[in-house]
Amino acid sequence: MKKLLFALLLAPVLAYAAGGELHLDHAPDRTGNNVALQHGAKLFVTYCLSCHSASFMRYNRLQGIGLTDKQIVDGYMYTADKVGEPMTIAMRRDDAKQWFGVPPPDLSLEARARASELGSGADWLYTYLRSFYRDDSRPTGWNNVVFPNVAMPHALWQLQGEQVLGADGKLKLVKPGQLSPAKYDADVADLVGYLQYMGEPAAQTRERLGIYVLLFLSGFLVLAYALKREFWKDIH
Amino acid sequence: MASKMKGLLDWVDERFPLTSSWKAHLAEYYAPKNFNFWYFFGSLALLVLVNQIVTGIFLTMHYKPDASLNASGVPVAFASIEYIMRDVPWGWLIRYMHSTGASAFFIVVYLHMFRGLLYGSHRKPRELIWIFGMLIFLCLMAEAFFGYLLPWGQMSFWGAQVIVNMFSAIPLVGPDLSLWLRGDFVVGDATLNRFFAFHVIAVPLVLLGLVVAHVIALHEVGSNNPDGIEIKKHKDERGIPLDGIPFHPYYTVKDIVGVVVFLMVFSAVIFFMPEGGGYFLESNNFIQANPLQTPPHISPLWYFTPYYSILRSITYPLFGLDAKFWGVIGMGAAVVIFFFLPWLDRSPVKSIRYKGPIFKTALALFVGVFCILGYLGMQEPTPARLVVSQICAVIYFGFFILMPIYSKLDKCKPEPERVTG
Repeated sequence: MKKLLFALLLAPVLAYAAGGELHLDHAPDRTGNNVALQHGAKLFVTYCLSCHSASFMRYNRLQGIGLTDKQIVDGYMYTADKVGEPMTIAMRRDDAKQWFGVPPPDLSLEARARASELGSGADWLYTYLRSFYRDDSRPTGWNNVVFPNVAMPHALWQLQGEQVLGADGKLKLVKPGQLSPAKYDADVADLVGYLQYMGEPAAQTRERLGIYVLLFLSGFLVLAYALKREFWKDIH
Repeated sequence: MASKMKGLLDWVDERFPLTSSWKAHLAEYYAPKNFNFWYFFGSLALLVLVNQIVTGIFLTMHYKPDASLNASGVPVAFASIEYIMRDVPWGWLIRYMHSTGASAFFIVVYLHMFRGLLYGSHRKPRELIWIFGMLIFLCLMAEAFFGYLLPWGQMSFWGAQVIVNMFSAIPLVGPDLSLWLRGDFVVGDATLNRFFAFHVIAVPLVLLGLVVAHVIALHEVGSNNPDGIEIKKHKDERGIPLDGIPFHPYYTVKDIVGVVVFLMVFSAVIFFMPEGGGYFLESNNFIQANPLQTPPHISPLWYFTPYYSILRSITYPLFGLDAKFWGVIGMGAAVVIFFFLPWLDRSPVKSIRYKGPIFKTALALFVGVFCILGYLGMQEPTPARLVVSQICAVIYFGFFILMPIYSKLDKCKPEPERVTG
């Protein structure tokens, strides 16, 4: 019986095992690494925050990655006046739509929105930001393997350099940028780590608290079970 | 002091059946002593209901059912959820408790219903308990559907769009009916506000009433047990069932153990994987609703997918009516058919412990196809998957429709006189 059930459950999985789909590189984990996350935040406010807003993210939430209000005001705020303001942009959505075809999406939740069965949202972003290549048929001159015909140009091209798409479907760096490929990958990982932090600033608090909650419940379970045993002693 | 408390209690008892209710439903409600693992899920369902109501109340204090765009071009409803997640103290916890609670509710209720199937808890004289329970299940589905629109993300929007459009498949009145349900030509602000009203007051009111009816009916006839026999047949001289024990304190202390184990699993999800691997919170719902951009793949949340699969499995027009219409009928029938279970099972015994191989095979098959249909409902349709879902749908309905025949044919074992522990 159980075997039959198991076979039935497994049948669809075996019958339709996924075919060749897009492969995502695994994003290096930057959780809790404040130096990397601060670097990522710096990259974000420098390279992303002119076109993309992060309207749910207040600047002072950068305290969560180890920055003081003074550091935030001095080093990270290019457009806002007060440290409690959200990361909005000056570009109007209607203008942006005319320039790019679509207004650049708000990035507050991008790392959560991009999760799929192919990988986490961080994996998607990490692969995406390293997959731009030169394509003269596109209005921006750029295309992307992960997001074909994306409206966004390669904002980090000065850092990475220029890639082309080979006939074998592989990307090749033809013009080096300011950074070595290894350093570029590390920088993108920092940026993605920051995007992940921004997607849920409470995530680390949540996991820390969760350990205490589970510890408390385990202790309580022992007591509850002892109480049950005591009451049920004379039930046969 | 003690006599003063006693005086107060007497004062109340003369005016309200406090002590007698306490006795009737807890201290002198005699439940069979042989409840096993499967009997935890009733009290757990009650716990999750309380969780949903309490967290829901706190969520409404900051949530705004408003589809208009704010200055950053984000719908106010969507932004208010993120406000809860980021700016409201402990808001993230309350929200995750509510979103995880929705899935937990269905897990617990599906297991609770499966318990009924295992031990024949729906059989005479408990038909009304089962019917109230099924009505609770319908309310729960409505509650989940209405609630899922509120975050106003892509899946909220397009899920509601798909479901409301189903009603347009009904001949003659369909298109007008779906327009009436939406309150607009598209899912919009009017839809969001009425779904909010249904989610926070209309459905919960009905749900609470039904839960009370479910418990009152249960306490009138008494609980079934894993042996499927009536403990009331053997009573002592005081009229207390020999195999019964007072619900309080025996099952209250036992249920506390169940509650703590449940809370550990529940907390593990809330604190370490609140998206539940994309099954409890879909990644697409972290994108604001966009009426102009249909997501490539729309699928309902996991608890609806078995029925959704049945809807999609019906692809033939019949009697001059659209296949879509028959799909909706099939989906509705897949839920409604549960109501008839008490009269479909003709077996002389209630519990699976004494049923024969035919029923055991049928139940295993049913659970199998239910899971396969659930899985297929989350996947994009392909011709091969369609065939599998059609076969599964036939088995699904066969389980119910053929039950009067196979439950009679089955070779059952004799039931014991007393519970076997």
